[in-house]
Amino acid sequence: MSTEPVTEQRQAEWAERAVRESAAGQPDDPGTPYAGREQQVLARIERARRRRPVVREERITLAHGSGGKATHTLIDAVFLEAFRNPLLAPLEDGATLSLGTARAVFTTDSFVVNPLFFPGGDIGDLAVNGTVNDLAVCGARPLYLSAGFILEEGFPVADLRRITASMSAAAKAAGVSIVTGDTKVVERGKADGCYITTAGVGLIDRPALGPPPEGSPGLSISGARPGDAVVVSGPIGEHGAAIMVARGEFEIEADLASDTAPLHDLVAALLDALPTQVRTMRDATRGGVATILNEVATGSEVAVVVEETAVPVRAEVTGVCELLGIDPLYVACEGRFVAVVDGAYADRALQALHGHPLGRGAAVIGRVVADPAGLVLLKTTFGGTRIVDLLVGDPLPRIC
Amino acid sequence: MRFVDEYRDAGMARALAAEIAARCEPGRRYTFMEVCGGHTHTIYKHGLEDYLPETVTLAHGPGCPVCVIPMGRVDDAVHIAEQPGVILTSFGDMMRVPGGRGSFFDAKAAGADIRMVYSPLDALKIARANPDRRVVFMAIGFETTAPSTAMTVLRAAAEGLDNFSVFCSHVLIIPAIKAILDSPDMRLDGFIGPGHVSTVIGCEPYEFIAREYGKPLVVAGFEPLDILQSIHLLLGQLAGGRAEVENQYARVVPWHGNRVALEAIGKVMRLRPHFEWRGLGFIADSALGMADEYAAFDAERIFDLPGIRVADPKACQCGEVLKGVLKPWECKVFGTACTPETPIGTCMVSSEGACAAYYDFGRFSRERVREATRS
Repeated sequence: MSTEPVTEQRQAEWAERAVRESAAGQPDDPGTPYAGREQQVLARIERARRRRPVVREERITLAHGSGGKATHTLIDAVFLEAFRNPLLAPLEDGATLSLGTARAVFTTDSFVVNPLFFPGGDIGDLAVNGTVNDLAVCGARPLYLSAGFILEEGFPVADLRRITASMSAAAKAAGVSIVTGDTKVVERGKADGCYITTAGVGLIDRPALGPPPEGSPGLSISGARPGDAVVVSGPIGEHGAAIMVARGEFEIEADLASDTAPLHDLVAALLDALPTQVRTMRDATRGGVATILNEVATGSEVAVVVEETAVPVRAEVTGVCELLGIDPLYVACEGRFVAVVDGAYADRALQALHGHPLGRGAAVIGRVVADPAGLVLLKTTFGGTRIVDLLVGDPLPRIC
Repeated sequence: MRFVDEYRDAGMARALAAEIAARCEPGRRYTFMEVCGGHTHTIYKHGLEDYLPETVTLAHGPGCPVCVIPMGRVDDAVHIAEQPGVILTSFGDMMRVPGGRGSFFDAKAAGADIRMVYSPLDALKIARANPDRRVVFMAIGFETTAPSTAMTVLRAAAEGLDNFSVFCSHVLIIPAIKAILDSPDMRLDGFIGPGHVSTVIGCEPYEFIAREYGKPLVVAGFEPLDILQSIHLLLGQLAGGRAEVENQYARVVPWHGNRVALEAIGKVMRLRPHFEWRGLGFIADSALGMADEYAAFDAERIFDLPGIRVADPKACQCGEVLKGVLKPWECKVFGTACTPETPIGTCMVSSEGACAAYYDFGRFSRERVREATRS
């Protein structure tokens, strides 16, 4: 027993272990064509980043739900590890299946947004649009949805009616039917009102997106190549900013509404104009546009260069983000997608998007280059250059 | 956006960059330290180094509030959070800072009631709403945040709240700068002074730096043009053979500081004889504890704390990074064992930490990027 508790000192075992494990997994330095010590360190870091991720935490933390690095690590090290199969492995927004002669996309999404009702929408239309959009960006025509409800004891039936009414309206607008469902109730305090899980099925009925070799390689997160253009379908970050304000934690008032909307029609307009020139699309939900761009950069082994001045952001969103110290590039949208298209067709893509009410604010925000592969670079408004990395944690849990 | 865009204008930046280059003496190298983590964040977030000549280097200083909290203190806070009936409240930045037994997030996942707040007043609200719980606020930060902690304690005392206390871990900027100046590795030509801290303490407390150490200091704002202009002013002083304290951030910082804020600190808190800083060790007269008159609000006296120091991992070089002796990437574990996802050192935790800023924003070769993005 130490008699001087003030000077008692011990080691942080976890930290020493992390250093040892990292040193053990360090491959030999193959060198880099770029001289200088900093470059070698950067190369070493890139190698470290490409190693299989390990979940170090003993318990799930909120960061695991952020859509950022911790979520990717969890998916890779736990879910992919357990369920590994060729359809899941590409980790697209949905799985593309062959059913007889038909090609279908199957996807699922859960919704835990807080608050349940917010300007511009509620958990109900979010749950329908979220799944519709995942199907749409995979190139499918959305057809059928399921809806699972986890309800907390004491939840007002009137609120549930309000939610189902907006789900019904959203389904009608997207041309889908909710054809199966499930209901569970848990004790008071074991859930927060109402959680919804939807799954959806859609058909790929565009020959150009058919299985290779007949059509193009199809839409794939690994399809981006140098020379491609990066497009967003409208101003970013409105859903997330609206939720932040709606929570009332910050005593900020702003004229903001969620951008939640079904994107199937807008996606169809783009694919009609560019049947084989769209490489990949993703709807920019949790983690925002920045997360999608990182997925493109790592999935396609390319660099993405974004011009900050070209990124459409409404002044209200910029204002809220500036006050809270959050970058709009990471703020969730629920009615916007990012598309990577053949650079020669960027203007045609914009033309097609601008012709649709949901795509009026579409813009080319950047381009794809070869090097340095795996990184997203931002040319800032100020005129400097920086990286846009995946976020580790979540500036705002339970956004959708 | 008005009142922000003006300070991020690329045209003005180019003009200022040209003047900076013109003020640099050929063949002379300059190293300036930005003391404040907020500046480090701005520098990387806007890619400000693209505007600086190769001969001007920025060293990142110790002014990141969570970066200087030692692991043992995180363990003490977790110990408080584990006591029955306790709600520990903390700024979000602190949640991921690792202690010897993990972070606040880990403790929360294991069942402790730890809540993020944006202001100590939010902690007070939680205390009012939960009279049967003991609500503790993890108070961190330099003189910037100490006044709001002090004001909150005064409010709690006025309301007669008996379930609210503060785990006071406020630190002071001047002793930290002095420790750097006295460090034998010190090779700095001047300081970009912390803007937010200076709104409270003013500019006078820095005068010894110019007088006794002969180093110029310019108190700077947080927009990228503020920082470029401050570098321009520092180079001007050096060119003229001067060492003075200048106030670039006069639109916010009063020369004599904020008397009301300083009085609140003086009333509620007292100087600790010494305090341990992460990576820097014990520094005398460098931190604030609760004054005896407010002992009833002092979590250190209410709870029996283990108070066990946790040694920094041998491979961790946070101290050298905080002193500006090492660039983040020069640390042995940077980006491999220590990443923002699994930080070992505190500099990798906060977005204001030099290592996190470099890793998140600056982890690329400017040479390669220039080649790749040439259009």
